[in-house]
This record gives sequence, structure tokens and C-alpha cells, in this order.
Amino acid sequence: MKPHPRTGRIVRLSETARPRVHFHLDGSPCEALLGDTVLTAILSSSDRLRQSEFGPERRAGFCLMGACQDCWIWQVDGGRLRACSTLVTDGMRLLTEAPAGWPL
Amino acid sequence: MTSGAEKVVIVGAGPAGIRAAEMLVSAGVKPVVIDEGMKAGGQIYRRPPDGFTRSPRELYGTEADKAVALHMLFDRMVADGLVDYYPQSSVLACANPSLYALTPSGRREFGYDRLILATGATDRLAPVPGWQSPGVYSLGATQIALKAQGVALGQRIVLAGSGPLLTLVATQLLKAGAEIAAVLDTSSFWTQMAGLPGMLARPGLVLRGLLMRAKLGRLYHPGVKNMGIDADERGPVSIRWQDAHGAMRASECDMVGIGWHLRAETQLASLAGCQFDYDTGWAQWLPRTDRMGRAAEGVYLAGDGLRILGADGAEVAGRIAANACLSDMGLAAPDSSADLRRLARYERFARGMARAFPWPADMVRKTPDDTVVCRCEGITAGQLRDGVDFGGGEANRVKSLVRVGMGRCQGRYCQLAGAELIAAKAGISVFDAGRLREQAPVRPAPIGAWVRDA
Ligand code: FES
Repeated sequence: MKPHPRTGRIVRLSETARPRVHFHLDGSPCEALLGDTVLTAILSSSDRLRQSEFGPERRAGFCLMGACQDCWIWQVDGGRLRACSTLVTDGMRLLTEAPAGWPL
Repeated sequence: MTSGAEKVVIVGAGPAGIRAAEMLVSAGVKPVVIDEGMKAGGQIYRRPPDGFTRSPRELYGTEADKAVALHMLFDRMVADGLVDYYPQSSVLACANPSLYALTPSGRREFGYDRLILATGATDRLAPVPGWQSPGVYSLGATQIALKAQGVALGQRIVLAGSGPLLTLVATQLLKAGAEIAAVLDTSSFWTQMAGLPGMLARPGLVLRGLLMRAKLGRLYHPGVKNMGIDADERGPVSIRWQDAHGAMRASECDMVGIGWHLRAETQLASLAGCQFDYDTGWAQWLPRTDRMGRAAEGVYLAGDGLRILGADGAEVAGRIAANACLSDMGLAAPDSSADLRRLARYERFARGMARAFPWPADMVRKTPDDTVVCRCEGITAGQLRDGVDFGGGEANRVKSLVRVGMGRCQGRYCQLAGAELIAAKAGISVFDAGRLREQAPVRPAPIGAWVRDA
């Protein structure tokens, strides 16, 4: 009867002895493991990747194989990346919404 | 070592692409291999990033030897300089005789004389009410998360749909220690029996499937109908479903994985000039080729992007397509007749499987009006039906009216359901609703990459 994890969405089942990686999500410091994709990294401390542009719901990826394009997120410098097919690296500064002042 | 002037490009480094490369290399041709993965292997034999330690046995189960053989073969060809390998590179467009790709170091054009497309497949999806919620994933995604990252995408999981992946992913998750609430198969017991004669072309696989099914015990439910996902803003809280006896039930969960077998990834084939036929058995449009995989002048297809035969079939089809390519280049190619016989047997099995775990046409036709069909842009079944009322039952026309198939996934996950809904509304066959025309880029092209390198 506790369907929702309080913070992260994913459950790590194995391979947890990897070195730690530190990144920022919407300005807050977060921790992941070396070899995590950005999607795994974010969803281990949050329940979504971004806000849908076309509906009220949040999004957390869908195919994990680079086909659906549901998982594009922002970086502080304005660049975008596909979270399911990019590995997280130390010091990444990631955003779940477009940086302020970005035209789209 | 390279043969003459002809340049051969292979797209995809899964089982089909790797075996195609092997045949070319052994004939003295050095192909270019472009692949989206970080490492070669494709989806089914996908490798985790560096630093992961599970053994091939843990990752690939009974298929570990095949996976390792392919990985080692390809790595050796790369190390020996026998293939020109571009990992993490997406081909975005194809305009004879060039491919336009985005590589980690920017955009790049690849000229070719001959092109072997081994682009694989993605999950075949049907809309389930609530599937746009965060925490609903494809079955393929569920498996990739486990295999390549060692994670489950939720604490309490429901898997739903039909096809070999449904049972496979469920047993893999259980073995890895994940909690599964239910496995819901839309195919009934009797429908599955109808596919059995064809599937007996590979009795060993049938047995393995039955053993896996037995491990699921009472979690597995065949003949499920009328599913709907209830979600709050953080994702699924439960899934409602009707069991084979007609009783409505609900399973609490925080993650749902869905998929109905596979859908061939054919967008590049279409841009490269291939023709398509509607295949009623696999319920999708598939490229037309000869027995050897020749699709158009200098264009060859192999693997699940041609016929959904699975990894073993893809290895064989990759060899066959490369042999066709070699003989068209005037080079000696090994005899393919044993491989062609093997492929015919795999196809009998695969067609039996397609029959046993069919596309849920009835369910899709009854999709409630307020259900999202296009996850990309939130377009509902009702909007799609209105588009048919307004513009008639042709898929491309409906697409331009209501934008189903125009979003960022380029119709990969809504096209088949869209065609089914259009056909139902217009009172025509799915075949007559037509096939969506492909548009480049087949992946979103970050405009920056073009501007920077231009
Ligand atoms: S989750 Fe589909 S492209 Fe990343």
C-alpha cells in the first residue's frame, strides 16, 4: 500500500558498488553512480524528467532506446541532451525546465 | 585489404549488422558501421556501460554465449581496423547516395555505393488510458533499465500487453528481485493455442517459454481486456482490468510496462527508396525485398527492421544480405542456401508467435474518446475520430489535420493505433487507411549541431 517512492522513481537492484558522481538538478545537489544514464541519475532522486509541453502531466521517459524522444532535458548552459542515451558526468548542471529567457 | 572503389555502409550494430560486417570483412571489404549504441550489440544483446560487473550469464541468460560471441567478434574487427565504426551516431536522413548523421563530434555525411540497413525494431504500442503518465514505460524500456543499468523503474510493477517480451521481462525482473503485481496478457489462452503449430518449428524455444510462464504462476493472466491506468501527478497508482471471466479487477502499482510485440524500424528504408506491403500476420507495413534482402538499387535490409524474427533470425539475415551485396559487387560470396532454409524455419516460428500474441485490434478500435493516442502532443482518440469525419480516412491526410504522427517520435508509437482508429471510424481496412510517409530527420536534429558545423 505504498505505491509511491517518496523521492526517486527507480529501484537499484544490483551494481551498486560503482563510484559516486555528483550533479545538480534544478540547482540542488544530487548523487548518482558512475555509468548511470542521465535518466537513471535523475530518476533515482526525482520522479520526473520534465514537464510535458502539450499536456498537464510530467514526463519520465518512455522507450529508453533513443526512439521516442520523450526524455530531452536542458542543461544550465542552454544545451539539451537525451537523458536515456547520455551518461551522467561529475558536475553536470541539469534542468527539468528550459532556462529562463530561452525562446522555446 | 579494401576492395576497389565501392563503399558499403551498414546502419545498426545489432546481431544483423554485426554478421553483415563479418561477411564483408571476410571478403576483403571494409564497411562503415554507424550505430546509435554506446557499444555494439543492439537492443537484445545490449551491453551496460563500463564499470558494471554482472556476468553475461546474469545479463543474457541462456543466450549468453551468442551475445558474447557477437560482442567479441565486433570488438575484434574494430580493434584490427577491419571496420570503420561510428558509435553513438544517429542517421537522420538519407538522400541517395548519402546518409546524414549526427556523431558525437558533430554532423557528418557518409557517401555510399551500397547500403545495408539493420535498424532493428522498437516496441509496438497501443494506447491504454493513462499511458501518458510518468512511470508508464515500454516493455523494451523496462528490460533495458534492468539489463543496462541494473534498475527497476518502480517499486511495484505491472507488465501488460502481449508477445514474447512480456513473459521474458517479467521473469527477468523477478529473478533480479523486483516486485511484480501482475502480468496482463491481452491474448487469450485459445488464441495462444492457435499460434502453437507454427511455433513448433522451434520446439526448444516453445519449451523455454512455457517454463518461464510457469515461473510467473498466478501473477500471469491471459485474455485481459479493458485496461486503464489510474494515475496521480507522480504517476500510476493502479491499473484496472477485466479478467478472462469478465470480472473487473485492479492491481496497485507505481510503474506499468506495456508493449505488444515489436514494430520494425523502417524509416530509413523508406527514405532510401524501399517499397512497402501490409503484412496481415505481423499487422504492420513491412519493406518489400527479394529472398536475399535486396530492397532497391544498392539497398539491402536485414534483421527485425525487415521481418520480426528475433536475434537468431537477425544474425542469419545479416549474413544473407551481406552475401547479396557481395555478389552484386562482383565478389565471391559464400552459398546462402543453408541460411535461407534456416530463415524459413525461423519465419514459420515467428508467424506462429505473431498469431499467438496478436496486435490488439479490437481493443484499439474501442479506445475511449478521451484517451491519449499520441503521447508526444497529447492528441486523443476523439480528436483523431473528428479528423476522420472532417477529412476522410487516409492516414496522411488525418495526420496533417490532427497532427497524429507528427510529434517528436515521428509516429513510431502512435502510427499503428492511429491507422486502426482511422480505419474503424471510416469503415475501411487498416490497409486502405494507408501508410504514413516518412520525413527526414528521422530523429530530432538539434539545430545547434548544424549551425556550429556549417
Ligand atoms: S526515453 Fe525514449 S528517447 Fe529517451
